[in-house]
Amino acid sequence: MSEITQATFLDSNELVLNMGPQHPSTHGVLRVILKLDGERILGADCVIGYLHRGVEKIGENRTYAQFNPYVDRMDYVAAVSNGLGYCLAVEKLLDVEAPPRAQVIRVILTELNRIASHLVWLGTHALDVGALTPVFYTFREREEILNIFEEYCGARLTTHAFRIGGLQYEAYAELATDTLNFCDRFLARIDQYESLLTSNRIWVSRLRGVGILNAEDCKRFGVTGPILRAAGVQWDLRKAMPYSGYQKYDFDIPVGTNADTYDRYLVRMEEMRQSVRILRQAAADIPEGPIMAKVPKVLKPPVGEAYVSIEAPKGELGYYIVSDGSTQPYRLRVRPPSFINLQALDHMVRDTLLADVVAVIGTIDIVLGEVDR
Amino acid sequence: MRFFDKFFFTDLFTGLLTTFRQQNPREIVTEQYPAQQPRIAERYRGAPRLNVDPESGDTLCIGCNLCALACPENLIVVTTERNAETKKKELTTFTYDTSRCMFCGLCEDACPVDALELTQDFELASFTREGAIWDRQMLEEGPKPTRYEY
Ligand code: SF4
Ligand code: SF4
Repeated sequence: MSEITQATFLDSNELVLNMGPQHPSTHGVLRVILKLDGERILGADCVIGYLHRGVEKIGENRTYAQFNPYVDRMDYVAAVSNGLGYCLAVEKLLDVEAPPRAQVIRVILTELNRIASHLVWLGTHALDVGALTPVFYTFREREEILNIFEEYCGARLTTHAFRIGGLQYEAYAELATDTLNFCDRFLARIDQYESLLTSNRIWVSRLRGVGILNAEDCKRFGVTGPILRAAGVQWDLRKAMPYSGYQKYDFDIPVGTNADTYDRYLVRMEEMRQSVRILRQAAADIPEGPIMAKVPKVLKPPVGEAYVSIEAPKGELGYYIVSDGSTQPYRLRVRPPSFINLQALDHMVRDTLLADVVAVIGTIDIVLGEVDR
Repeated sequence: MRFFDKFFFTDLFTGLLTTFRQQNPREIVTEQYPAQQPRIAERYRGAPRLNVDPESGDTLCIGCNLCALACPENLIVVTTERNAETKKKELTTFTYDTSRCMFCGLCEDACPVDALELTQDFELASFTREGAIWDRQMLEEGPKPTRYEY
């Protein structure tokens, strides 16, 4: 009699394991419920919302200018990109365009922020997979970028660098030279990271063939950014739908072939080099002129709606704003890249091993502030 | 991976060489805070200060309430009183709740007379919640961070 119960107990080969919300490798407060058969993953469920602050609702209760600092708190690793997307969306509603000088400064700061974001990704991703050293080096370079932000706008992380219609702060005297100096130093630094990782046998065997998400599935899940490009799709909004004057700059879109974690690593490394290329072109040629377009003191966009998406470091970041003609948005919706990319996690980790889950979470490059909003 | 590389661990040794090169004392970037104060940018948005006229000591604030209106967090409270003689508005109290402030700088930008300013001081810790609410006197004196000897 007892044999039967015992047999069922031993036969039930599904083990449910909670990973997070306080797990160091989930990059914040993500909780993943894993169904395991031994070390093999049968399924993964993400529980999100631990960091939910109701950003979209806050947006409905603030004036357009007042909401600007809040967008920095979504993807706090790439706060400048968030600010750019939001400002562009409101500018589209108001039908104004930032002056050329403001646009170039915006591009410089956004590209610096892309590098900073990728550096955080590289450091923490390597840390998850078991390489301790890179994080020290990447944060050293990130510090230089943050110093430029601090000199420019007075804040390092939640920068609130841009305003609707242009910029609040004039470029400080050494912005261009600081940027160019950083570019000169940084290319050698990327080689340094690569010497630690690219051919390292442990790194390669932990990443190659792990978490494959092919182009078809990327489109099915709506996954964008480096993950989509690593699957071989040449899709970058900076080229596909240029904004803020990106069409002026000469740069390539790196793509991968194998759609695995290793290719995503290579794509992001190459993206940093391409950002350096854009930075060099932009910093060498900052036009003179005003930094703020003519916008009224009290912003009252006409009734209507606008959607603007930009290529944030993590993928397509979109802002959809509905205006009812008052000083506050009627509805504000954010399309966060992290949130949508994370939905592919279950598909990516199925039938892989438990240790690969941390590698896959790392390679999706999520920021929980943006996932939960 | 070629046999040579595989057998002699060249991939691992290139990495180790990079790590070894970083031992150079010139590569040390760690900041010894608080023994060594960090370099703060001129535009840094830190602790608030309500500027006073350096000669007379009178406040520059005209009590226009624009900063309070600009603040997304509604944390500034300005009260004024109309002077019976000059018929001008005069500032009576000014409270600023640093615990809720996100140092976005919108209040500073809104001020028409540059009375409210975010300074370079960033050490805002306080032992109580009430200690984070700064009144007019504290704001006019400006932040007074403790400096310890090492
Ligand atoms: S810095 Fe921003 S949050 Fe703080 S008081 Fe000024 S407007 Fe309000
Ligand atoms: S905006 Fe300036 S002048 Fe007006 S109340 Fe605030 S601090 Fe005073």
